[in-house]
Amino acid sequence: MNTVKANYVRPIDLRNGRVDLSHGAGGRAMAQLISELFARHLHNPYLAQGDDGAALPAAAGRLVLATDAHVVSPLFFPGGDIGCLSVHGTLNDVAVMGATPLYLTASFILEEGFPLADLDRIVASMAKASRDAGVPVVTGDTKVVERGKADGVFISTTGLGVLREGVSLSGANAQVGDAILVSGRIGDHGMAIMSVREGLAFDAPIVSDTAALHGMIGELLDEVPNLHTLRDATRGGLAATLNEICHQSGVGMMLEESRIPVSPTVEAACELLGLDPLFVANEGKILIICPQEDAERVLACLQNHPLGREACMIGKVCADPHHFVQMRTGMGGSRIVDWMSGDQLPRIC
Amino acid sequence: MKFVDEFRDGELARGLASAIASDVDSGKEYRLMEFCGGHTHAISRYGLTDLLPTNVRMIHGPGCPVCVLPIGRIDQAISLALEKGVILCSYGDTLRVPASNALSLLKAKSRGADIRMVYSTLDALQVARDNPTREVVFLAIGFETTTPPTAVAIKTAQAQGLNNFSILCNHVLTPAAMHAILAAPNGVALDGFVGPAHVSTVIGSAPYEPFPAQYKKPVVIAGFEPLDVMQAIHMLVLQINEGRAEVENEFTRAVTREGNTKAQALVNDIFELRDAFDWRGLGSVPLSALRLRPAYQQFDAETKFNQPYHAVADNKACECGTILRGEKHPRDCKIFGTACTPDNPVGSCMVSSEGACAAHYTYGRFRVVAG
Repeated sequence: MNTVKANYVRPIDLRNGRVDLSHGAGGRAMAQLISELFARHLHNPYLAQGDDGAALPAAAGRLVLATDAHVVSPLFFPGGDIGCLSVHGTLNDVAVMGATPLYLTASFILEEGFPLADLDRIVASMAKASRDAGVPVVTGDTKVVERGKADGVFISTTGLGVLREGVSLSGANAQVGDAILVSGRIGDHGMAIMSVREGLAFDAPIVSDTAALHGMIGELLDEVPNLHTLRDATRGGLAATLNEICHQSGVGMMLEESRIPVSPTVEAACELLGLDPLFVANEGKILIICPQEDAERVLACLQNHPLGREACMIGKVCADPHHFVQMRTGMGGSRIVDWMSGDQLPRIC
Repeated sequence: MKFVDEFRDGELARGLASAIASDVDSGKEYRLMEFCGGHTHAISRYGLTDLLPTNVRMIHGPGCPVCVLPIGRIDQAISLALEKGVILCSYGDTLRVPASNALSLLKAKSRGADIRMVYSTLDALQVARDNPTREVVFLAIGFETTTPPTAVAIKTAQAQGLNNFSILCNHVLTPAAMHAILAAPNGVALDGFVGPAHVSTVIGSAPYEPFPAQYKKPVVIAGFEPLDVMQAIHMLVLQINEGRAEVENEFTRAVTREGNTKAQALVNDIFELRDAFDWRGLGSVPLSALRLRPAYQQFDAETKFNQPYHAVADNKACECGTILRGEKHPRDCKIFGTACTPDNPVGSCMVSSEGACAAHYTYGRFRVVAG
């Protein structure tokens, strides 16, 4: 006698199961993975529509669209994982444009053989990040490639936001005399990843700073709407971001080394590995360029927010036909803070 | 950071700078060579030239392991990886050094060569353990500092029967290169040396004693921290003023006269002197490099894979040779900062952060365009 209930489908094995090619083939296995894993964690009315795309209400104003691929290795690191990173990274790109992020999309490239338990953890972390941020993942896609053609999981996310009224932020807006601020200690994300990869153990482990910054940025723009430039200092670190802005705005910069905040453990880890914290990636820090007269207000506003407590003013925008970022060193000499050449830290985000 | 910040104290630096300024004889030139790339890097990274009087001139020496490696040596490594199919393990600095046929180790990697960046010889041994069916070659480069770790790797490979591990040995010797610079006819005029830091922890200060004796050049061994460099410069200025030529040791917290005798014994057990070795810039220098002793031949990739060294001429426009000999400054090179940049290096000095050109480009090129 058949005791199995009618319409019963055996659930996917989230404990020992692995991704196989059928999970990307468009058949029942894929549908099941989507409903029992992705939709279970990420559920929201738009995703529940279950269509090829999400139909969204029209937003008033100018839209900002940003997209970001995430290939970080290892997938799990102190302070986060590829799941929350893929949410934070894209939200921050939208937010530094001066926009309020509204929706996210996500596409996954999975490697055959990837443990479903790990995928479950990653998507759960992504869902938590999206809920905490109040920005739903409204549509997505999943592809599976043969073993050896990817590295576990790659996640691309796209974020859509609506630009705040009266805000005009761009890397091209920095002006001579402007103040340069950073929202906290630099280099945490990159060194968290490196310390795992290199098996470095410290008394106080280095934890990634990955975080959604749109809340802090929103409060900042409420208080000081006329900021000139906002950037999240991700790959290439503070140095790359400042050089980009110098080129876009046609200016130079002078930094004070002694004012740039770096945690002692990150400093020590950089020293051990021969890296410079200025070039190490961040996932939860912004650079702010604003008129000098607003700098104190910006600083106070940042320091009022939990993610900006250690914000500092680190330098000034100056005229320079060569667009150099220069720095007064702690020794009293000067040096350039150049773009990084090559890549000492591949697959950091 | 404890034990580091003390040696980067801006207040003390200003004190040393004013001591140097008040002690220099304004009618005199002080031409000081910092032998090591580590010192070159510290000088550029901390902007120390801004703290020195204009008549104290720092001349970059050849002590950058990646810089002095001739093209033919990189070609050997590339050929092992691309043609012989070995896993080639290398320190990160070496990956972007330009070789023949517009290749570098990094470019060879993108063409399918299995090249792995390692932080230590122990990582390379682990790669050999993890890949028992593959041949694993470690590109061993560097001065006396990196030789003992290579020796340890050879000892370990032998003890553990890692027969798929071998090294491409390019270990070179500091005193031999200093002799080559001082003995060169029409060579650079020098008044003294800022002597090596890490190298001296291994070999001690005694091997520098011939330089004051034979060439009347003072040597002050200095650590790699900015205050070490400033203090060593001050000590050199005083020696020159007083007409002394001695080996002095600023880096007493790490360097003794004898050095690390245990490391020396290990190196001596495993390596022997080569009759001569090609250096970029210095040419063939007698008794200036090491090779494995016959007892360890099985770990020598040159023999194992029959991959002999062939000399290859440097790019004609590149001044790395004259820069490594201290005869020219990076700014004197026609292709500096134009055809040759850290992203697209033509010569080896533009690659490693210890290279004179890379350090000058990365930290100090504003001085050229400003002046």
